[in-house]
Amino acid sequence: MAIRRIMCACGSGLGSSLMVHMNTEEVLKKLGHGDIEVDHTTISDINPTAADLFIVGGDLADFVSSIPDEKKVVLKNIVDKAELEEKLKAHLA
Amino acid sequence: MAVLGFVINILSTPAILVGLLALLGLCLQGKPVEDIIKGTLKTIVGFLVLSAGAAFLQSGSLLAFGEIFNYAFNMQGVVPNNEAVVADALTNFGTASAIIMALGMVFNIVLARFSRMPYIFLTGHHTLYMACMIAVILGGAGGLTGVELYLAGGCLLGLIMVLSPAYCQVTFRKVTGGNSIALGHFGGIGYWLSGQVARVLFGKEKSKSTEEINFPKRLIFLRDTTVSIGLTMMIFFIIVTGIAIARGLLSAVPAGITADELAASYPQFAHLAVLLNIGQETTTNWIVWCVTCGLSFAGGVYVILSGVRLIIGEIVPAFKGIADKIVPGAKPALDCPVAFTYAPNAVIIGFLSSFIGGIVGLLILIGCNAALPVALILPGVVPHFFCGATAGVFGNAEGGWKGCVAGSFVHGLLITFLPAICMPVFTQLGYVGSTFSDADFSWMGIIFGNMVSVTGGLVLTVVCVALYLLPIVYNYVAPKKDAAGE
Repeated sequence: MAIRRIMCACGSGLGSSLMVHMNTEEVLKKLGHGDIEVDHTTISDINPTAADLFIVGGDLADFVSSIPDEKKVVLKNIVDKAELEEKLKAHLA
Repeated sequence: MAVLGFVINILSTPAILVGLLALLGLCLQGKPVEDIIKGTLKTIVGFLVLSAGAAFLQSGSLLAFGEIFNYAFNMQGVVPNNEAVVADALTNFGTASAIIMALGMVFNIVLARFSRMPYIFLTGHHTLYMACMIAVILGGAGGLTGVELYLAGGCLLGLIMVLSPAYCQVTFRKVTGGNSIALGHFGGIGYWLSGQVARVLFGKEKSKSTEEINFPKRLIFLRDTTVSIGLTMMIFFIIVTGIAIARGLLSAVPAGITADELAASYPQFAHLAVLLNIGQETTTNWIVWCVTCGLSFAGGVYVILSGVRLIIGEIVPAFKGIADKIVPGAKPALDCPVAFTYAPNAVIIGFLSSFIGGIVGLLILIGCNAALPVALILPGVVPHFFCGATAGVFGNAEGGWKGCVAGSFVHGLLITFLPAICMPVFTQLGYVGSTFSDADFSWMGIIFGNMVSVTGGLVLTVVCVALYLLPIVYNYVAPKKDAAGE
């Protein structure tokens, strides 16, 4: 399935999800997928129809347990752009 | 003159002013026109959503909670919640807050460039909250206005935006095992304290890391702020209302009076019409009322957070883009969950220990109340979870699991006592039901809230500017240990 919309999430949807959001946009641009829409929100708002791909930090993996693996990226280190790029590549391939 | 009136009107309408800030940021980044329109409008909508959330939070539960608590215990009860106090304060100090936020970010970049604290503070909601608190204290209590207020406020904000990451970095570099990122969260002094307590008590002992022990992770569901706020506020409402009813609240007002008469004759119960079944078409059970009020609090905060998300969503990327260009080597100071992935067990242990510290602190405050009336600071789950968890990660990095427990316990005491000490400043300004929860807001509030009572006007402005310039002067005057200063 083509990914059109990516949602980054964290506890209150303000700080770290915005960082991941900015990193994701940067990585997508680098990978030639600048047209994909990226947004960020709180983990309260995660539901399978809200986006085609969800990105959360490893500590929040439990909150995306209802999301199938092909629709989520769980980051070990939420500020590591190399990890993000590698995992996004796998989903975009 | 009509044009001038129009311009002044725009500048004194906070929602449009923050929209213009976003517009400026988007233009400076060279974004396409459609992105500029989208971002500007979303920012303005964000501010309006925030105001709506604030009104709902006040009328839906916060004011009622204050009245119930006062009846039950004859004392002032305060639930520390940044969003609750900020959203309300922004309606009065919106313009000043927006300008202070903008100046503070510029001054942050200047300090990152010219002092030995090369941090760019990227936690936008805390920048906004701190700007708001500074505006309330310098403008509301200190009586500064116009350029003086903006300059003094911008200087204080710019200063704390590098100072807080700087004192956190003492321990945070041990957490991350490097020096490339910093922590940007205004619970900073609490994390520093937690790290120091852990280091002094258990630094030499080398107790096991929290990550080497097996610890149940089920409490992690409290990371969802809507759930944790709803749960705690429901429990608080039920306990406090239960006690108030046991003390005769339901018969405190004669039956059959109208809602208008209630507000006029019993202003201390003005927001309890539904609970007391006055002027209502249906009768409400008190437990149902408590559940509704508790969850309304969570709903109010949810709406406010959505507004804040829209406001900072455009401003932070612009700030980061500009800062990256001007100070290429600066370290980003990021929100506290960045620390969580380094020690997930310490997150849960830190939360529990900090929360217990908060309960112990509350009992101590109750004890103090006999001798000296203080506001009772109730342990909110959100500050104890986010800040307590971060304090736990810091404690663990300095002193293993024992350091984690001790450090976050002390942190829990700290974020109970500091708001209690800070409360008189805010009570004077009319903020009675809530206050800032995180430690840096409190210490800034205590110092500058009391400073404004002894000085004001130009002197106060000069003091703020001088404090701001100090790290820059120090950088050029004091001898450097090594070339990088680190």
